[in-house]
Parts: sequence; C-alpha cells; structure tokens
Amino acid sequence: MLRQDSAVKIAVEKHGKERKHLLPVLQEVKRAKNYLSRSDISDVAAEMGLSSAHVYGVASFYHFLDLEERGRNIIWVCKTISCYMKGANDILLALEEALKIRLGETTSDGKFTLLQTNCIGWCHKGPAMLINDQPYTDLTPEKVVEIIHEYNQ
Amino acid sequence: MSEKMIHLVIDGNKTSVPEGTTLLEAAKAENVKVPTLCHHEDLCIAGNCRVCVVEVDGWRVLPAACATPAMEGMVVYTNSPQVRRARKDILGLLVSEHSSQCTTCYRSTSCELQDLASEYNIDNEIYINLLKNEDYVVDRSSWAIEKDNSKCIRCQRCVRTCAELQKVNALDVIYKGADMKVTTFFDNPMSEVVCTTCGQCINRCPTGALTERRYIDEIWEAIGDPEKHVVVQTAPAVRVALGEMLGYEPGVRVTGKMAAALKHLGFDSVLDTDFAADLTIMEEAHELLDRLKRKLVDGEDIPIPMMTSCSPGWIKFIEHMYPDHLGHVSSCKSPQQMFGALAKTYYAKRIGVDPKNIVSVSVMPCSAKKFEANRREMNDSGHQDIDLVCTTRELGHMIRQAGIDFKKLKNSKFDKFMGDSTGAAVIFGATGGVMEAALRTAYEVVTGREVPFDGLNIAPVRGMEGVREAAVKLENVLPEWSFLEGVELRVAVAHGLTNASQVMEEIVIGDSPYHFIEIMACPSGCIGGGGQPIPTNAEIRQKRAEAIYTEDEKMKVRKSHENPEVIELYKDFLGKPLGEVSHHLLHTKYTRRERV
Repeated sequence: MLRQDSAVKIAVEKHGKERKHLLPVLQEVKRAKNYLSRSDISDVAAEMGLSSAHVYGVASFYHFLDLEERGRNIIWVCKTISCYMKGANDILLALEEALKIRLGETTSDGKFTLLQTNCIGWCHKGPAMLINDQPYTDLTPEKVVEIIHEYNQ
Repeated sequence: MSEKMIHLVIDGNKTSVPEGTTLLEAAKAENVKVPTLCHHEDLCIAGNCRVCVVEVDGWRVLPAACATPAMEGMVVYTNSPQVRRARKDILGLLVSEHSSQCTTCYRSTSCELQDLASEYNIDNEIYINLLKNEDYVVDRSSWAIEKDNSKCIRCQRCVRTCAELQKVNALDVIYKGADMKVTTFFDNPMSEVVCTTCGQCINRCPTGALTERRYIDEIWEAIGDPEKHVVVQTAPAVRVALGEMLGYEPGVRVTGKMAAALKHLGFDSVLDTDFAADLTIMEEAHELLDRLKRKLVDGEDIPIPMMTSCSPGWIKFIEHMYPDHLGHVSSCKSPQQMFGALAKTYYAKRIGVDPKNIVSVSVMPCSAKKFEANRREMNDSGHQDIDLVCTTRELGHMIRQAGIDFKKLKNSKFDKFMGDSTGAAVIFGATGGVMEAALRTAYEVVTGREVPFDGLNIAPVRGMEGVREAAVKLENVLPEWSFLEGVELRVAVAHGLTNASQVMEEIVIGDSPYHFIEIMACPSGCIGGGGQPIPTNAEIRQKRAEAIYTEDEKMKVRKSHENPEVIELYKDFLGKPLGEVSHHLLHTKYTRRERV
C-alpha cells in the first residue's frame, strides 16, 4: 500500500483520477521527485486504474517527464536552429567546462544534469537555456559560468 | 429513418453513401479494395500507416481513406499515378524498417506487408535499411506469445486490440517519432507483464511481429519416437476453422477430415477435447448446484455468481485484475486440462501404457492454452498433464508439411475411449455455448425434464452481443432440489475481456444480479480464439459460429450427461461429480497476480 504522504498519493488527490488528469499527475510527481521511477509509474497506474504500460508510454513521450534519475538542477540548453546560429554550441562547451561533465551527464555531487532541449520559445533572445523551470537568455560563455556560480552558492 | 446521403465520384463512377461513411468504405461499396495495414474492422481508426492514401480533386495532400469521411461533391482517385507513387514510397519506407527475411518468417505467405510489397513491386531496397543499426532480440519469455520488434511496422493494431477489445493494455506505444516502438511496461519480458496470453494481438498483427510460440517440431519428434504413445485431442472450435488453413472458405466443418489427417500424421490416439467438455459440464453444473445449496440451505458464505473457468486467457485476466474475486471462478479445470489429467491416469491404465511414455498433445484455437498447460499446478496425474499445445494454425502447417491433400481425405472418426462427445460439447466453441450446455444439464438434473427451449436451443444466450443475459425458472423440481422450487436462475454471458470487465465491475460493487456467468476471453468465444486462422473479422467469426451450431444440431446426443463414455467414466473411475477422484484430478486453484 502507498503511504498517504507519498508524492503519487498527493498528486492524485490534488488533480483527480480520471484519464484526463494523467499529465498533471505525472508533472506533479516529477516536480516532487525530479524524475519518474519505475515504481512511481506503476503506482500512478494503480492509483488511477490505468495500465502501467500506458502510463509508461505517456511518460516516455514527453522529454520533460524524465524517466532517469537526474541531478537536483537540470540544465536544458536550447538546440534549435536560432539559438544554434547565435552560438548555443559555445554555451554548451562553457557549461561542460564549468561543470566538468559531458552533455547528458550528472555532476558527481548530484547538483546538475546537462541536457539539450528543442525550442523553448526564446528565439529572439538566443542563445537560451532553462535551469529547471527558469529561462536564461542572451547567454554568453561568461554569463553561464556566473549563473552556475549562483546555483553553487 | 432518413439518412443524409453524400454524393461523390470514385474512379469516375458516381455513387452515394450515407453521411459518415469513410472513403475506404465508400470505395469498398464500389468494389474497389484500397490497401490497408493499420486499419482493422474490429478496432478504432488509427490512420497511421498511410498505405490507404487516395487523391481527391482540389486537395493539396493525399488523405488516408480509412480516416477521411466522404464529403459532398468529392472526386476521388484510388489508383492514380500520384497515389501509386505515394503508396510505393510508403511501403518502401515500411519495408526499410522491417526485417524482411521472409524465408525464415512464420507468417510468410500470410503477411499483409509481404502481400502489399509484392503487389506494388517493392523489388529493390529504395531506402537505406534502418534495421542494420539495431540489435533486436526476439522475446520468447512467454509460453504462448513471441514478440519480434524487428518485424513491427508500428501500426498499433496490437495496442488497440489489447486496449479496446481486452482492456488489458499490456502493450503500448513508447517514446515518439523515430524512436517510437510498441512494447511492455519498461520493456519487461512478456512473461512478466499483465499479458493474458489471449493472442488476440497475434490475430490482428499484419506481419510476423507477434506470433504464437510454436511447438510443431517437438510434436514431430514425439510422433517419430517409437517409445512414445502420442495422444492428441482437438478442441471444439478447431473443426470449424481448420479448413481455412487448407483451402476452404470460413464456416466449413471439417471434423471427419481433421480426424483422418491426425491419424495420417501419426498420432497414436486421436481423441476429442469435446469428451472432456462434456465432463466439464458434469462437474461444473454440479458445482453450481452445490454452491447454490450451500448458500441457500446451509447459509454458507459462498461466492455467487459462479463464473466459468474454461478460458485460460480469462483466468489469467481475473488473476491479474481482480485477484480479490477469484472465489467466484469455478474450481473446474478447463476441458483441455481435465483431458490431460485423465489421459495419464485412467486412459493410460485402460490402454496399458506407462503414463511416462505418453505424450499428450492438444490442438487448440487458443494461445493461452499453451500457458495453461505449463502452469505449475497442472500435474495432478503425477506428470505434466498436457505436454504440448499447438494452435489451429500450427496444425494447418503440420498437415501441409506432411504433404497431405486435405480436401481429398475421407472422413474418419475419433478413437475410443475419450472420443465420444455430444452437441453440448461442440458448442463450447462459441460464446454462450458453455452456458447453454450447462443449462441443458443443470435444468435436467434439478427438474428431471429437458430445458424448456425449442429443440434444446437456448436462443437468449446465443449471438454476438457483448454481454447477454437469460433467466430460467425452475418449477416442479425433484424432491432433493426442493430449495430451488420457483427460483429464477439468472445467467449472463460475456465475451472479450472488455465485456468481462463490465460484468466484473458489478461483482466488485456487490451488485451482480446473476447466479452463473460464462466468460470467454476472446471476441465471439473460442471460434475467434488467438490460435485461429488469420484473418479474423465479425463476418468470419459469425460463419464459424453457424458451423458450430450446425454441428450441434447434427449430433445424435446433445446433452453432456448423456455422453455414454462420460457415464462409463463415472461408473468405472470417478464415482460421482465433485467426488474425491474428481476433486483430485479435475479441479484446481487460482493464483493472485500483479497488475504491472
């Protein structure tokens, strides 16, 4: 049995048990736990009376519903063409250098994971990235190092 | 009723169709077959394979005929150069993602992709073969179903089957775009997920991505081993569908030819599951009456309604989905397993063969029977009760492999003992059949008279409605059943697991009005089973059902309790229904399972 204070219980309680509530529930659990584990998905399925494979299918469709354990802060660097043309690659290199990890990896202290994302709608202020839900725009290699530094404070 | 008609032109012919008709259906009405892959009559529209694209005057793009309703004034071309080029490209792309090693594929010659690729002359690799970059492993973890993603064209018929017809969703679509694939929860092996092994996905898979696990070679080895005495039994629904594998139209009964073919193949004893079906009715009808007595007279807390247990896909479904309600399921083994337990005990002794030298084979319309035979508890004979299970399709292959000209075979009969059967047994193959057979016997046990339906045909439980119900009033009962005087016995029949869930939900909330419920996992019952010839659709299943009821009408004996061999078996070995020997050999227990 799931504990009453489990993230899944709380999310289902808050949003509801119908099929249409599945996405908000998954987003809520992901916010609480930073990623969706195998048991989170089967727990959501059981709580909502859905099939585990189906919930897995929905969760795997969306990049932002992570199925892998990540660092506490997830950096999403925009990889779409406008940001690319304004130097997104240099941003990525600067982040790799600052964090001492490669794209897709998590720092050894579990603080950051470095990923790419498709367009996040900040083309006019590229290059852009998200850290968790917070957008950062008009980036330069120097600026991202400062931003990382702030998170490290 | 005035239905609005839509006027359109298809390939130069003016036609009109009711509003809501798709272009695919409108073309079919004009005798034009537009090719399809993801479309299936039993399932909702998907429109994802695009093979059915057509050209419409004034339209910029080619719409999918399966997913586009006919509109007023449309001028449609189903076979223009543009359409053919597009279809050829689409097929080429599908082939580029498909393991096209047709010579080693079980579905070769019955594969819809192969047929279309041939029809459209996809005779060279236009596109880079994308498969070479991937490492595919065939999932052979299940006793019943093999899954080979290298052959999957992602049409999602299996996903829709599992969701819509069966409400199981063991398979679903994972990831998106180029990464999209059809798989289980976290790619778990098929043996470790909620899959009921019903095989309905196999029947609808257009390629060889989903097939039954085959036991053909093992059966040939057993037949060829002089030490072994190979016993074969064939289920009721096999005899009305096997013909489709061997050149007959759907709905032809081939019982006599099938018996002849089995003897020709070299089986030592050619026996009939129908015999065990009659036996099942004896045990199950008495179990129902026993439950009613214990509930009504003794005041025991016995789960009512009782539910049938013949369909192993249904059993696995309730074990996964409603493990708290397993008490409703009859403890009777299925006919296959009753037969198996007797073949290596009573029958072995009767023919003087050491049971360890008996290989018990069954031919089933079903893939779940393969799972059932391998359940750990199915060894009450002291050996594995059923050794090898093959489907109707596999038997068709074996007959072809043996070079038998099936159509020219002379009719033969089943051997004795365990070869006699009744009309009540053969109707097990159609949805409602077990209920009808059980009522024919239970009513007569209680009242001493035949069921009050014209010619023993209990029409209310027949048909293809998803859930059907009937009531039989018990009047002027025999003295020992006086507690049932005036009772209206209420029964229900459901086929397909989505319909089964509907009936189960009433039980869960404690609001089921029935005494006895028949459930079959597959749509239309065993005649639509996961081991039956492909393709399947409502029309084919209807023809098989008609053949089943004709077979019943033509039988001399039509009530299970009048099967002479069953009577002899009770006299000689079992004693009485629900007796000690029956309890040991013919009844079973169920297992709680996880829902992931």
